[in-house]
Amino acid sequence: MTRLYVNGTEHEIDAPADTPLLWVLRDVLKLAGTKYGCGIAQCGSCTVHVDGAPVRACVMPLASVAGKSVTTIEGVADGETLNPVQQAWLEHDVVQCGYCQSGQIMSAIALLDRNPNPSDAEIDQAMAGNICRCGTYQRIRKAIKAVAAQ
Amino acid sequence: MPDHRVDALVDTLTRRQFVRAAGAAAGGLLVGFNLSACNSGTVSGGPASGQATGDGPLLANAFIRIALDNSVAVLVNHSEKGNGAYTALPMLIAEELDLDWSSISVEPAPTSPEYYHAWWGVYITGGSTSTGSSWEPLRTAGAKTRAMLLDAASRYWGTDASGLTTAGGHVVDAANGRKLAYGDLIATIREHDIQPPESVALKNPADFTIIGKDRRRIDAPEKVTGKAVFGIDVELPDLKTATVARSPVYGGKVRSFDASEALEVEGVVKVKEVSSGVAVVADNFWAASKGRDALQVEWDLGPNEGLSTAAFFEEYRQLVDTDGLVAEDVGDVEAAFREFGDSEDSRIVEAVYELPYLAHATMEPMNAVARVQGDRCEVWSGTQFQSNDRLLIAEYLGLPEESVVIHRSLMGGSFGRRASTIADFTLEAVEVANGESFPVKVIWSREDDMRGGFYRPLFVHKIRGLVDGGGTIRAWHQRAAGQSIMQDTVFEQAYMADGVDVYSMDGCVDQPYSIANHRVESHNPPKVGPLPLWWRAVGQTHTGFAYESFLDELAHAAGRDPMELRLELTREFPRMHKVLETMAEAVGWGSPRPANRGVGLAARTAFGSFLAEVAEITVTDDRQISVDKVTCVIDCGRAVNPLGVRAQVQSGIVYGMTAAMSGEIDIEQGRVRQSNFHDYPVMRMPHMPEVVVHIVDSGADPSGVGEPPTAPIAAALTNALFDATGERVRKLPLVNQGWRLRS
Repeated sequence: MTRLYVNGTEHEIDAPADTPLLWVLRDVLKLAGTKYGCGIAQCGSCTVHVDGAPVRACVMPLASVAGKSVTTIEGVADGETLNPVQQAWLEHDVVQCGYCQSGQIMSAIALLDRNPNPSDAEIDQAMAGNICRCGTYQRIRKAIKAVAAQ
Repeated sequence: MPDHRVDALVDTLTRRQFVRAAGAAAGGLLVGFNLSACNSGTVSGGPASGQATGDGPLLANAFIRIALDNSVAVLVNHSEKGNGAYTALPMLIAEELDLDWSSISVEPAPTSPEYYHAWWGVYITGGSTSTGSSWEPLRTAGAKTRAMLLDAASRYWGTDASGLTTAGGHVVDAANGRKLAYGDLIATIREHDIQPPESVALKNPADFTIIGKDRRRIDAPEKVTGKAVFGIDVELPDLKTATVARSPVYGGKVRSFDASEALEVEGVVKVKEVSSGVAVVADNFWAASKGRDALQVEWDLGPNEGLSTAAFFEEYRQLVDTDGLVAEDVGDVEAAFREFGDSEDSRIVEAVYELPYLAHATMEPMNAVARVQGDRCEVWSGTQFQSNDRLLIAEYLGLPEESVVIHRSLMGGSFGRRASTIADFTLEAVEVANGESFPVKVIWSREDDMRGGFYRPLFVHKIRGLVDGGGTIRAWHQRAAGQSIMQDTVFEQAYMADGVDVYSMDGCVDQPYSIANHRVESHNPPKVGPLPLWWRAVGQTHTGFAYESFLDELAHAAGRDPMELRLELTREFPRMHKVLETMAEAVGWGSPRPANRGVGLAARTAFGSFLAEVAEITVTDDRQISVDKVTCVIDCGRAVNPLGVRAQVQSGIVYGMTAAMSGEIDIEQGRVRQSNFHDYPVMRMPHMPEVVVHIVDSGADPSGVGEPPTAPIAAALTNALFDATGERVRKLPLVNQGWRLRS
């Protein structure tokens, strides 16, 4: 059993210690908003926060996050009130297929948490690990800047 | 090319069929997905409303279901894969039916004939036709439903229908200051057995209030909260997850396997051989993956063991030196070369362009869920081609098609991959689940997906052209060699003419340029190795590069400006000409620029639309390219949702930029070298240019948007590179010529 806090709730996870956090979230806790894209930390679709920092859940063994606090896309809204990043994503009509967007939003929230007013270069750097094959990058950039300007 | 006959779907149905079809549709909706325009509290994957019984919701026709509470479900018969179909198609109905947008929800329509593609007669999403093929049928469906509601209101109030109007989901009687919600008229429609009229007038475009106005995506709220259900997210009772060990060489077969170690992995429940390899079925994905790693498989690598892409290129280079099948023959190319070839003012230019295999590399790897129980099969799949899937599943299981139910999920990108001519990933899930008491979800790893074939075919083009001393193009002789997508498929009869795959050659025939002597020949080398498949913009992905690069080469050979030359060549094609004029003004074509900057133009007519793209780049001495700005001017007919059009243009450009810069699948000794995003690099945020989109409103009916923007971008980039450096790149991707994107 591995203890884990996910979106503020404590869980005792019965899964092998080498199971990546991604599959614990998806297959054990049924939190399917975090996506599988590459399995080797190359695409960012599985981005979640562990103790507030963005990580690629596909390469984080369960054992390495024991006792830690995990936030997923399902946990960033405040009840019915969306996170400002989610709200900006709606206002800028960012998504297309949407598959990568949980990861994009988690990376953007982490960026804005530590740097509320990022430059273009800082946005590039923080978001470079998140691939979008629909090519929504231009709207992602605008949405991040809109949140920063609030 | 697509057959653009508009035998509007609903008009082919009699009024009785209309209502019967709607009743049949309801049965398939007991499990479905529901995306609502309301931003609050909607659930995808939850149960939709039930049957249209006496006091239930009204299925006014196959596409529209009105509930007593005045909410309206639109059944959409095109897949949502990022293309925006779930927003644009309801807009067509909402316009004619005067709906309150927030009352609309969307459901994927089931696999029955009334939902088949209005032009093609199969259930498919493709060819950038979702909006165009729905333009008449869905507006008509909306207008006929409106007529039924007006009829009902006039009977309810005992007043003449001519004095009634509709607005925001209500019938309005302005003269008497009263209104009725559509939902409140359902009982009256049933009481009087009101049927849709035989024919109905559609709105004058000048009166549109929804079509042509920016509309945000209906599926966005679920996608920003992680609630959207993609195929990979489908959950069912007792669901197992499987991975399949696949041959390292495409087409290889299992000789023998030893599952003993795999079966010892905690969570693995079964190991079985299937057509594509050995399936490891487990309680979850991680167990299935570890089980697959523990498998011992002996492969019969089959006929592709010695396959190499280098050999394909060698073979195709030789082919383009020989006569091919004639795809287009205008004027007399040979006579033109004879007549003008000897003049010392004339210039003959010859060039060979080479393009590799490309993977679709959708963000969501292939997957599907299947449950086979007795004489019934249910499949949950992100598919673009569900009638074909259903047919092939039914054949495989020996069941009637009616016993196979396909639930179409949202899909994390597709770009053509999920319109499988052989239903590969869907049928595979059925095969794994067949004979089991539980449903199975088969998930492809990224590596499976990248190495799994179904690529954009590898192509070589050779073009020989002649410009005379006055700068006029007198002859254009093009030969292309690459495996046909359509050959040996169900589409062969429709899309091959005299042996020429017209979809593969799209973009080098019927182009809107007046060239008096124009000959195009095609070679279909044997279909060996990975199966070729349509990849966003299909033939245009290679013909667009070859054609627009060579046009640029001819312009420079003639000492002419590439824009000015195209403007002259398009005088007989007013829509293309207007696009180019708009572009010249938009980018200030011809303005001076620094030595390390380049500007490149390419133009296309593709999927019924006319478009041009200009790439503005900066290069460094160490061969880095920064794509600063891409401008696209597009005439796609009436832009139903301009916001969606702009998104798709940005999207198509990014997709094509990846192909131009780094996209390449190569094969050595039958094995695909690439495996994941580290060795199949794609465009990322730091590479993103500013994309500016200008929509030219020609007032024509809507034409393609999803694919056209991918067609010109590679040539726009390489033409810009030539402008900046004088270096002509004729073989993609650019990274193999030492160029890379600056990040």
